Amino acid sequence: MKLDRTAGLTLGLTFGIPLTLALLNQTTDVSAALHVPTYVIALAGKYLCFAMLALAVDLVWGFAGILSLGHAAFFALGGYAMGMYLMRQIGSRGVYGNAMLPDFMVFLGWKELPWYWHGFEWFPFAMFMALLVPGLLAMGFGWLAFRSRVTGVYLSIITQALTYALLLAFFRNDMGFGGNNGMTDFKDILGFPVQADGTRSALLVISAAFLCAQYLVARSIVRSRFGKVLIAVRDTESRTRFLGYRPEAYKLVVWTLSAVMAGIGGALYVPQVGIINPSEFAPANSIEAVIWVAVGGRGTLTGAILGAVIVNFGKTWFTGALPNLWLYALGALFIFVTLFLPNGVMGLFAARAKKPAPELEAAE
Amino acid sequence: MSEADTLLYLDGVTVNFDGFRALNALSLVLEKGEMRAVIGPNGAGKTTMMDVITGRTRPDTGKVMFGLDTDLTKLDEPAIAALGIGRKFQKPTVFEPHSVWDNILLALSGDRRPRFSLWARETAEEKRRIESVLETVRLKDQRDRRGGDLSHGQKQWLEIGMLLAQEPQLLLLDEPVAGMTDAETEQTAELLREINRTRSVVVVEHDMAFVRALDVKVTVLHEGSVLSDGSIDHVSADPRVIEVYLGR
Ligand SMILES: Nc1ncnc2c1ncn2[C@@H]1O[C@H](COP(=O)(O)OP(=O)(O)O)[C@@H](O)[C@H]1O
Ligand SMILES: [Mg+2]
Repeated sequence: MKLDRTAGLTLGLTFGIPLTLALLNQTTDVSAALHVPTYVIALAGKYLCFAMLALAVDLVWGFAGILSLGHAAFFALGGYAMGMYLMRQIGSRGVYGNAMLPDFMVFLGWKELPWYWHGFEWFPFAMFMALLVPGLLAMGFGWLAFRSRVTGVYLSIITQALTYALLLAFFRNDMGFGGNNGMTDFKDILGFPVQADGTRSALLVISAAFLCAQYLVARSIVRSRFGKVLIAVRDTESRTRFLGYRPEAYKLVVWTLSAVMAGIGGALYVPQVGIINPSEFAPANSIEAVIWVAVGGRGTLTGAILGAVIVNFGKTWFTGALPNLWLYALGALFIFVTLFLPNGVMGLFAARAKKPAPELEAAE
Repeated sequence: MSEADTLLYLDGVTVNFDGFRALNALSLVLEKGEMRAVIGPNGAGKTTMMDVITGRTRPDTGKVMFGLDTDLTKLDEPAIAALGIGRKFQKPTVFEPHSVWDNILLALSGDRRPRFSLWARETAEEKRRIESVLETVRLKDQRDRRGGDLSHGQKQWLEIGMLLAQEPQLLLLDEPVAGMTDAETEQTAELLREINRTRSVVVVEHDMAFVRALDVKVTVLHEGSVLSDGSIDHVSADPRVIEVYLGR
């Protein structure tokens, strides 16, 4: 695969910066000037997981014209799969000391593990589920929606309804996923303590590697003939049908893949933030993900990563300095970008290079 | 004429839009290898007729047969396209962000499924076919330009090129010379005659000079059904046609 400058820079920075942070955290003394504190490692890891969600959103929104306002649902489902694995690792170290049942089940008076929790103590199974569950849900949802030619605002609304329905479902204690409180107090992952500096640094580098891999997969897809058809579907769907293409099949493939990508992001997110609860399904989360992509530049892939990192960096700063103003700032940012930067931050670079990327300029 | 020579057969096709009758018991027979010009005032139902043939609009009554035994009213657009019916739209629609080359590439007849296009590499054979189409529609020099950057006339030609790349048995062209200069119009007439050597064509047009240049059988549509048909001289001498075109 040939890499152009943008792709080379994207990969270099996406992997290079986290790797440097992790190395500095691990090899320097806490008192050293260059030392990177562990909380920064955890934050950076979180940003990268959000970037995976953004990449997933950009793939469907930027290239297939599907404005998903429910993508955080796929992210959260991947997160829950990881959460279930981590809960099972706690074993008898929980408050109630029950080797088989997670604390919240003991608290509810449950006597045995529900059938759908079996297998999650085994890491490969749990990770397989982190891909399978979001993928299957997206496939079923997409099959129904695209076949009935639901598009535009209607599609956006039902994606929002999907994540809202899951939010309500996961709030319920009898679902067996910890209800309102979700899952937390994780102890270790694959035998390594989740809180340890070394584990956090490793998770950061692993997240960076997965993000790079997702970027490469997404990039080769949008540049393939499949991707060209997809862009054609985005701009002039009916025309593609008269050429003999079935837009619903193309959308279904990219939509399902995108959900799986979001699921991977969610699975890597949970050990790094140490908790998963139903608030991850909140409709606002999905909307924020769309804003990240808009800020970075829709239909550019690199912009999705950039947007996720920039906006979340801003969010971290704001919630520290002016916590009440964050939502206003986010709204203002979105309006500003929509009005003045239709191609986001990437549009600024492209304007400077006087050579817009073909994917970029078409995203209207 | 024997039945085996019939390529397209519309029989009593009626289309209602909220009580408005866009096609009214329209019947039309096209032979294999024939080129037919369809004329008629605005709103006569010409575009609707193409919508019915290509599966975009389902008729309320009537039959639309392709070849001997394919009922087009039972199929959707991609299935009809796969049978070998290609269509050029009244408003030129090319894939604007894609290069001229890629526009033709996406139109080339071949496997349309995602599982193929995900892995497809441009073959030497495909390159040769694209080049030959670009040669035919005189867009060789424009191959790297964005479809959206072409002039109106060039877009019309690109769309005709996309149609050729599909290698259809039957081409439906909706007002292909709208917005073209006289020279371009003449070239298009020549191109259609060339295409017609191997394929059947239905062309809807307003431009009488163009229809005359094609020198083929003409069908006049009016209020959703056939008003008159025959040679251009025959129909333009028909008093009913004169009334429809000039009478008010
Ligand atoms: N989808 C539609 N809904 C309602 N009316 C339509 C629709 N499509 C076409 N019509 C009407 O049907 C008539 C025939 O239209 P059309 O086939 O486009 O005519 P032509 O191409 O001959 O100018 C027009 O009066 C048009 O307004
Ligand atoms: Mg018309």
